[in-house]
Amino acid sequence: MKEAVYIGRNPSPDSDLQELVGRVALGDEKAFASVYDMVVSPVLGVVRAVLRDQAQSEEVAQEVLVEVWRTAPRYRADRGTAINWILTLAHRRAVDRVRSVEAAAARDHKAALLDRTPEYDEVTEQVEARLEREQVRRCMRTLTEIQRQAVTLAYYRGLTYRQVADALTVPLGTVKTRLRDGLIRLRDCLGVTA
Amino acid sequence: MDLHLMTGAYALHALPDEEREVFERHLAGCETCAQETAELSATAARLGLAVAVAPAAALREQVLRRITTVRQQSPTAPVTARAGRTVPRGRLLSRWALAACLAAAAALGGSTVWQHQRAQDALDRASRAERAADDIAAVLAAPDARTRAGALGDGATGSVVVSRSRDKAVFVVTGMARPPGGKVYQLWFDDDGTMRSAGLMDPARTDQTVLMRGAVDGASGMGVTVEPAGGSRRPTSAPLALMDLPA
Repeated sequence: MKEAVYIGRNPSPDSDLQELVGRVALGDEKAFASVYDMVVSPVLGVVRAVLRDQAQSEEVAQEVLVEVWRTAPRYRADRGTAINWILTLAHRRAVDRVRSVEAAAARDHKAALLDRTPEYDEVTEQVEARLEREQVRRCMRTLTEIQRQAVTLAYYRGLTYRQVADALTVPLGTVKTRLRDGLIRLRDCLGVTA
Repeated sequence: MDLHLMTGAYALHALPDEEREVFERHLAGCETCAQETAELSATAARLGLAVAVAPAAALREQVLRRITTVRQQSPTAPVTARAGRTVPRGRLLSRWALAACLAAAAALGGSTVWQHQRAQDALDRASRAERAADDIAAVLAAPDARTRAGALGDGATGSVVVSRSRDKAVFVVTGMARPPGGKVYQLWFDDDGTMRSAGLMDPARTDQTVLMRGAVDGASGMGVTVEPAGGSRRPTSAPLALMDLPA
């Protein structure tokens, strides 16, 4: 069952952020400070979900934000919104870090993995963030159990699909299709367009 | 292996490096996959928005101070392969490609026109995956690039180009039959009889130019085997081809 949910969606109107990033691309440090304020919470949230460790998370979040500054001149709006670009970058960097550190022993423990659910309940003062959290939580419930677990382990834990397959004891091909089907269902439920 | 099914794993950064590279090469030529990947990446970003946390106040000052010392990139040259190549990069590549073809043709001797066209075609396709193409061009254009060509059976031909100074090798193949369903072609370096994985080829393409993964190091040859999707740690089938590397 698809349930479309359309409530005010982003922490800030996309168009403002787009415009600010355009100014950052021209070297505007003040505009960057505004971009920072708009995106730092989700950037840190993504990184911390994957890395768990507060100090490491702040370090990686800082790298991500500096990279936003550095690469802003090459950001292209026709390839996706600025917030998608920034959060994709944040997730990529977090995943790179977690794989390079490779705390393999703990991560191979299926029980330990499944035990750690994302912190949707984290308190933030932003109303928009709470709405966003509600929507995602609600849409997550429309997934099958295995889709939900696979997407959660991959996104919030930074596992490769092979590690997800091991953790859930399902074949590799099944994981690939569940990740795709799960995301498609989330896309439709959240009303995402690109 | 149906590459199209990898859109989800790719959007979640859940593909290991080798498979990501294979998928990105595929993505460059698959409009539907690119659209779906963009949508699923945007969906993944929503998962990120849902876990926003407030940062320590000190972080702001640190970041704002740091950017004053970081130089921004120039706006040209693309950052992703998705939208294909841009004009300046395209020009640059064709210059690289020409140099590379001349080097290849010189090394191979006869049938230069055909060779040139073949390498040109292969490089044009490769140029869609910008990053890989840069690395490939660097090998092909290296002053010490040496080429060896061979037949792979069933009408397929392959050339391996090695630059000892860069310690890298590129494999160019044309007319290769698609691997059987659920299988991929895997490349190997031959270290005195021990095979070391050098990455996977794109199963959807019959002609391709692949940067062999890892350093050439002391390898004396290379091989190609058919392996289950995702590749193997050691060859599990007899090689389709074994070639000595040029000295």
